[in-house]
Amino acid sequence: MKKLLILLLVSASLNARAQDIPFIRKETLQQWLNADTDTVYVLNFWATWCAPCVEELPAFEKIHKEYASKKVKVVLISTDFKRNVESKLKPFVKRKNLQSQVVFMDEPNPNNWVNMVSPDWSGALPATLIVHKRKDIALFFEKQLNYETLEEIIQRLTVDGGR
Amino acid sequence: MAFAAMSFKPAPGNGYKVGDTARDFSLVNVKGKQVSLAGIKNAKGYIVVFTCNHCPYAKAYEQRLIDLHKKYAPLGYPVVAINPNDKDVQPQDSYENMKKLAKKKKYPFHYLYDETQEIAKAYGATRTPHVYLLDKDRVVRYIGAIDDNSEDPAMVKEKYLANAVEALMSGQEVATKETKAIGCGIKWKKG
Repeated sequence: MKKLLILLLVSASLNARAQDIPFIRKETLQQWLNADTDTVYVLNFWATWCAPCVEELPAFEKIHKEYASKKVKVVLISTDFKRNVESKLKPFVKRKNLQSQVVFMDEPNPNNWVNMVSPDWSGALPATLIVHKRKDIALFFEKQLNYETLEEIIQRLTVDGGR
Repeated sequence: MAFAAMSFKPAPGNGYKVGDTARDFSLVNVKGKQVSLAGIKNAKGYIVVFTCNHCPYAKAYEQRLIDLHKKYAPLGYPVVAINPNDKDVQPQDSYENMKKLAKKKKYPFHYLYDETQEIAKAYGATRTPHVYLLDKDRVVRYIGAIDDNSEDPAMVKEKYLANAVEALMSGQEVATKETKAIGCGIKWKKG
């Protein structure tokens, strides 16, 4: 009985630590893209049902972990259907124990914001934008990425003064 | 310091822009017959849609494509659906599964298999669904999304594709020639 109680307490505290998933609008995205900052933003557009997206998630998680002490912010922007946020997205994030910030893109019409990310983005998933505003650098990828590619870019962008 | 914006995409070619003349093709439909645009009788244009079986966005538009075809095919603008996905990357999009889906959904339009991915590459399709509206001379008049809300047909405000077809039918300029939608990246062959 005592054991069960401890288990319940442990799982309750784990639940409490499972991350919230904020809903963002295109204005928030715009703020991230325009913010005058020396933080490297790694914005990954994905969905729980997108197989290549799910495959590349560990690479982004590893960047988040390895560069925790640097000015690097990984944001996993979900484009799942809104009706699936509770039933699919939240359980997925919990099950995979994702540590990077996950947000939900609460915009029904992609035509209003896809070009904001990059005029070169056709809207296909997965897609990733890496931005370093102070260095005036924006790298856009409409394809699946691996850790080595990400690491090489982030490494360069986080070196002081270099580019 | 100079601004550096670079984009990296898989290289399926540049594809068509609005105003380009699209190539015709001969692709197998779910009944085993070769279908070309030229072979479609009484067509005044073509609603070419790259789509597939597995993608939730494609699924969300199945009924809307059926409705579009039922409305516009009798007026000379049939839907011609093409699945360009590699079956080894996404087994749900195999030819056998296309047959099953077409039967289950009673697709009234041609559902074609672009096994070599040659047509998707020529058109510049990158995702499913991805629409190319062609006039009778196969000039591209609209590229993009079917409408502005993939998740919920009841919440659609802008019927981009239907509006473009209506404009074409009445001999007017298509007002919104290009739109973007989130879709599943086409599953290109590996290697």
